[in-house]
Amino acid sequence: MTALQQKPRSTAPDERRVVERRRKKVSAGTALVYVSAFALALLWLVPLLWALSTSLKTETEASLGQDIHWIPENWSLEGYRVLFERGDHLNWMINSTIVSTIVTVLTLVLCVLAAYGFSRFDFPGKKVVFAAIIAGLMVPPQALIIPLFDIVTAMNLADTYWGLALPQVVAPVMVFILKRFFDAVPRDYEEAAKLDGAGHLRVLWSVIVPLSGPIMAAVGIFTFIGSWNNFLWPLLIATDPSMMTLPVGLGVVAGGYGLFYAQNMAAAVLGALPLLIVFLIFQKQIVKGVAGVGLK
Amino acid sequence: MTTDTTTPQEATEGPPPRMSTPPSPKRRSWTGLWFVLPFTAVYALFLVWPTVLGLYYSFTDKSLTGRPVSWVGWENWAETFGDERAWDALWNTAVFTLYSTPPLVILAIVFALLVNRARKMGWFLRMAFFAPFVIPVSVVTMIWIWMYQPDGGLINHYLQMLGVQSAETPTLWLQDEGRAMWSVVITTVWWTIGFNFLLFLAALQTIPKDVYEASAIDGANSWQQLWRITLPLLKRTTALVIVLQLIASLRIFDQMYLMTGGGPNRTTEVAIHYIYIAGFEGYRIGYASALSYVLFVLILIVSIVQFRLFSRKED
Repeated sequence: MTALQQKPRSTAPDERRVVERRRKKVSAGTALVYVSAFALALLWLVPLLWALSTSLKTETEASLGQDIHWIPENWSLEGYRVLFERGDHLNWMINSTIVSTIVTVLTLVLCVLAAYGFSRFDFPGKKVVFAAIIAGLMVPPQALIIPLFDIVTAMNLADTYWGLALPQVVAPVMVFILKRFFDAVPRDYEEAAKLDGAGHLRVLWSVIVPLSGPIMAAVGIFTFIGSWNNFLWPLLIATDPSMMTLPVGLGVVAGGYGLFYAQNMAAAVLGALPLLIVFLIFQKQIVKGVAGVGLK
Repeated sequence: MTTDTTTPQEATEGPPPRMSTPPSPKRRSWTGLWFVLPFTAVYALFLVWPTVLGLYYSFTDKSLTGRPVSWVGWENWAETFGDERAWDALWNTAVFTLYSTPPLVILAIVFALLVNRARKMGWFLRMAFFAPFVIPVSVVTMIWIWMYQPDGGLINHYLQMLGVQSAETPTLWLQDEGRAMWSVVITTVWWTIGFNFLLFLAALQTIPKDVYEASAIDGANSWQQLWRITLPLLKRTTALVIVLQLIASLRIFDQMYLMTGGGPNRTTEVAIHYIYIAGFEGYRIGYASALSYVLFVLILIVSIVQFRLFSRKED
């Protein structure tokens, strides 16, 4: 920080001057901060921009041994066209959308119900069940793949949407987060609704759920992203290429495109796009959601 | 029921009521069970049951081929501890953790410090640093394999331009035993640092401004403020990030599977990958289950440490 090396001009400065000089120091230091931050951000974007640049070249221009240049000499959508002609990329994208939607909707419904039950009711065995679910926070799903594969195969769910989705619905952490939120919601609203004759489900749906918009959005978005990007489980359970999700299809099948780099990078760009869009739309909720992990 | 009414006396003597409504906030009944049941059923089927089943399989010779199962006692477990390839896989996992954790913590702090001060570019910077995190792993590896190409890849091209590397002997990134793990680590740092960065940024933004103003009046410069105020206040977040990083590293698999396939010469074969190989390529479900349980216990230990560390501090 060059600004810090400036020497004070007078040996006995009055307070106001100190403040003034400090302000100047800040602005010189700030310039350095902005320049380095911007440079790092650009560096961080290089892989994505390079993929985009490659995807817009012709195969000959993109191939190895050509000199490296960022702006295509012959702009071309050839890579994308071939990709759509093959059709499997679109198919995987549809599979991913279906599976992630099932996972997200089921997670939200089941976890909201469970969290509400734990937050508002007392029933026999409650403590044991809740403790068992909290213990699940520490179980790594990756260490369960072998028996899980066996169970799902035995249920005849291999290569099906349900087989892909259901094991991903188990998210004790979401129950935990939602319960903590519900605990903090005052009961007055519910009592009022109950006096009007509303049943428990009705109270949950028309009183609690509207109050929980942001937290449910966070849970939903993170579940969706997590499920969309899940690799290991779909890799095991979807062996039929037509049932693969996007990450698996790209990793296992598209890896075999070999030397067609324009096409390869077109697939990468299209593969990155859906969640990048989700991220740009929900940036605020996502940033807040991550922050919540640390500020509990 | 006697709990329906609260007399003024009870109200003053007992613990203060959490909510203002007197009539029966919680009544013991079976109703709550119906709310909890659907989740618990799915949870029991896809988490509790596999945990139990895995333990059982680890004592059998169950195979993916479906031949009859027989009990083998501690045989699988004994084999696990003598299996050099399993130890190597665990070692590689540890190496990955050791290489990847420092940059994932330190760089994340640097990014967060920068973004916290460069508020006017906040949106753009957050997007640039966090965007890779939402991209599917196979897209990440496709792009990096393309950049790591020894002949004509982007990275070697720039290294040659800088004169660090000669064109006759291009650096082998993913194909070299000494460098493959580092290459996977660099990719991982690029991909996942955004999450840690956001955690640190959130922590920074909770530090009240007057702390800095007060110390400035006492004559502290920015450097002193960084070391004496900011970094000590990030201690808790740093501990959290390190523990989360440890747990995530023990479960690492995707990047190695896609980028190196565990090679060259198994130098990037990690724990989950070996479990995968034993179970789905070697068809040995029983043995793979025992291996899984060893990893399971390791992750459990780290998780318990995390639980202890962070639930105590909450109070």
